[in-house]
Amino acid sequence: MLDSQIEYIPVLIMLAICSAAIGGMLTLNFLLGPKRKNAIKNAPFESGEKQIHSPKRRFSVKFYLVGIFFIVFDIEAVFLFPWATLYRQWLRDPAFAWVAFGEMFLFLGILSLGLVYVWRRGALEWD
Amino acid sequence: MLELILLSVAKVMGIVMVFVMAVAALLTWIERKQSALIQNRVGPNRASVAGLRLGGIFHLAADAVKMLTKEDFDPETDNPLMFRLAPFLAVVPVMLLFAVIPFGPGEHFLISNVGVGALFILAVSSLGVYGSTIGAWASNNNFAMLGSIRTTAQMISYEVSMGLNLVGIFMIYESVNLQDIVIEQGSLIWGWLPAWGIVLQPLAFILFMTASIAETKRAPFDLPEGESEIVGYFVEFSSMRFGLLALSEFIGIVAVGATAAVLFLGGWQIPWVQGTGGWLTVAQVGAMILKTLFVVWLQMAIRWTLPRFRYDQLMRLGWQYLLPLSLLNIFITGVVLMFVEQGRI
Amino acid sequence: MSNALLLNDKSRGSKPGYAPSVDESDLHTEHMVLNMGPSHPATHGTTKFILKLEGETVADVDIHIGYLHRGFEKMCESGTWAQVLPYTDRLNYSSPLCNNVGYVLAVEKLLGIEVPDRAKYIRALVCEMSRITDHFTAIGAGALELGGYTPFLYGVQAREMFYELVEELTGARLTTAFTRIGGVKHDLTSDFWEHVDAVLPEVERLMIDVDKLLTNNRIFYDRMVDVGTISQDDAISYGFTGICLRSTGVGYDVRKDYPYLIYDRLDFDVPVGHRGDNYDRYLCRVEEIRQSIRMMKQIREQMEPGPIAVDDWGVVLPPKDAVYNSIEAMIAHFKLIMEGVKVPRGEVYSYTEAGNGELGFYLVSDGSGRPYRLRIRPPCFALMSGLKKMIVGKLLADIVPTYDTINMIGGENDR
Repeated sequence: MLDSQIEYIPVLIMLAICSAAIGGMLTLNFLLGPKRKNAIKNAPFESGEKQIHSPKRRFSVKFYLVGIFFIVFDIEAVFLFPWATLYRQWLRDPAFAWVAFGEMFLFLGILSLGLVYVWRRGALEWD
Repeated sequence: MLELILLSVAKVMGIVMVFVMAVAALLTWIERKQSALIQNRVGPNRASVAGLRLGGIFHLAADAVKMLTKEDFDPETDNPLMFRLAPFLAVVPVMLLFAVIPFGPGEHFLISNVGVGALFILAVSSLGVYGSTIGAWASNNNFAMLGSIRTTAQMISYEVSMGLNLVGIFMIYESVNLQDIVIEQGSLIWGWLPAWGIVLQPLAFILFMTASIAETKRAPFDLPEGESEIVGYFVEFSSMRFGLLALSEFIGIVAVGATAAVLFLGGWQIPWVQGTGGWLTVAQVGAMILKTLFVVWLQMAIRWTLPRFRYDQLMRLGWQYLLPLSLLNIFITGVVLMFVEQGRI
Repeated sequence: MSNALLLNDKSRGSKPGYAPSVDESDLHTEHMVLNMGPSHPATHGTTKFILKLEGETVADVDIHIGYLHRGFEKMCESGTWAQVLPYTDRLNYSSPLCNNVGYVLAVEKLLGIEVPDRAKYIRALVCEMSRITDHFTAIGAGALELGGYTPFLYGVQAREMFYELVEELTGARLTTAFTRIGGVKHDLTSDFWEHVDAVLPEVERLMIDVDKLLTNNRIFYDRMVDVGTISQDDAISYGFTGICLRSTGVGYDVRKDYPYLIYDRLDFDVPVGHRGDNYDRYLCRVEEIRQSIRMMKQIREQMEPGPIAVDDWGVVLPPKDAVYNSIEAMIAHFKLIMEGVKVPRGEVYSYTEAGNGELGFYLVSDGSGRPYRLRIRPPCFALMSGLKKMIVGKLLADIVPTYDTINMIGGENDR
């Protein structure tokens, strides 16, 4: 097993302990709480009326747009992380410094262009 | 291997079950007391044990007992499994955040020194969206459904800027490992100014705080809850399930506090004090806890001062202000670092 | 969202040469139909909005009222004229004294009597105090439902101080029943003005706090400005009065335009907005509180000692001393209690400026001791009919502040 993988063993242990703690609390609640169920009590809350529409329907396409933007920008952000940690190291190398700097300009430029594009298309107007 | 496992269990119990849970539980009381202070009220003071009230601190226990003895209630839903899973999905990720947070120097105050600590935080905190989204979706309730959509839209929108805000920090400290970042923050600029994240990245700090308050779904970003509009995404949750969702919010506050302390406030570093060991280590752990609590206090003061945003305003703030400013911050950091490395500053 | 991104955009489809590759009619968004109310935190149990939502936008709304209907007008027909008075407390329950005054003014108009000056001053004073409590409630609740719990509690704290003054005067906070046909129940308490002096600086301080938390708060400003807008013409044609009408720029205030009591002797300004949106309504309310405080101070200076009710045993109960010791007073007392004030046959419409606008009482008397018909024109009713126009096309979250700034009060609206 790699050293970097061993670091995740405590995380897994933590996952197990936390889940167990939550499971324990819920079980305790299940054991201690009263159980008096009836259809009206279990009906979903809709301001004291019957539901007109079930919630499991298509929802507005506007929300889908948010999802698309997230995927676009978050994945681009992910590319920035490895670059960011190495940036200073590259700068210290006089031959490579301007390349690293120019790369950053280019990448951020493209990212900003994408943002400007969706902005100008009116996709960032939410109402 | 066995040693590692036992040590991890001990650390998890110590850090998460004792420190985090205690602070999160105390926060439910502190929040009410602090808001009472702000609003010229007395706040909770009724619960008493053996005639002692101690400013109502026993409300913690009273709340827990009440949650545990309430009916474990299920709405009519097609997805009972998802509904039951929601509390786990909400609480476990925020608890896992503490796995990589260094509470002190060395490896004893850190559950796991994951190499990509900061990325771990981003990744795990984004898992938090599932708890509220799935839970609300499985409630079979129109209000919860609206809350679910709002939660998703809000959390993924602010995650983008949250990730980009941290890029500046990674550039300066040349690492994504939180312990390394804290150690780097111990140095002094020009011999007197602590090289804390907030000093070097003030804009990123403000943006990060904004984005993380939005991630914890607290006012002024409490739209998913928005009790006067859509009643809340957890409207169908009662008893301990509701308690756990509420607890996840409070743990989230502590997590934001700890993350901000590590990345921007120098973590366990005490300014102008170098070295570790002995009583100094104890003091440093204390400093980390104090910084965490400071950010927690800040979040509470904000929560009780500002009204709530509207959906379109929230999205506009996220995409049209935070995102471009985050990009600008990276750009400025890049240019300044260029000058620094060439020895011009 | 701009049109460019809507999938079933008409303009794109009509361009020559553009042939949609998919059947776009199938790519629509379904509306969500949602019951908001009656049992919903924002609607106070008294209104139901059946919303048709497109995403978060309100495409259409159907507003149902009447959840607090209790047959008020019919109830009034079974009591004597004096017995109606306590019912009026429950009309607009955030400013009960305005209703008390409005009612007795209507009856007195039918009776054709004029009350003594001191009674008029006391009535105006309690009206203004009630107006202040009403406005503090509306401002505070508005902030609360935008998520600002702190300004709400500051508003309520200030309101509480006025409630204590009202309590001192009338013995009750809500069920005041303070006015009487022909006067008021009793005079001011001897140290009333001292208590007012103690309260006003505190209120001033709280108002500054609320002002700091709301007026220039960017979030609050953005949530209120250009939300719930109504044009001047629409407001007039819907029959808006009070704050909601004045926020559109029409300076109509019954106290100024058709002065009753002693309002023509007071120096006060009527705040007027220009956008007709929630923010203007909020600002008008804040300014009206200041004007009401100003009026209270003037009333204090102008008030002179004197009788607080007309000297007519056919209208006002004789003093207890006389009832016990003289047969005339005894008979007058008996007849007033058993038969009520003999209001002459006829009908009258009388209107005053209440917290929400013009509160009208239309009375018909058949000459017996009881109202033959009593009809109320509640200011909220007209406002509620215009509400749909104010919220359709806006976001779901905009319903809440709009509904709050029109300050719909179930007791008055549903009667």
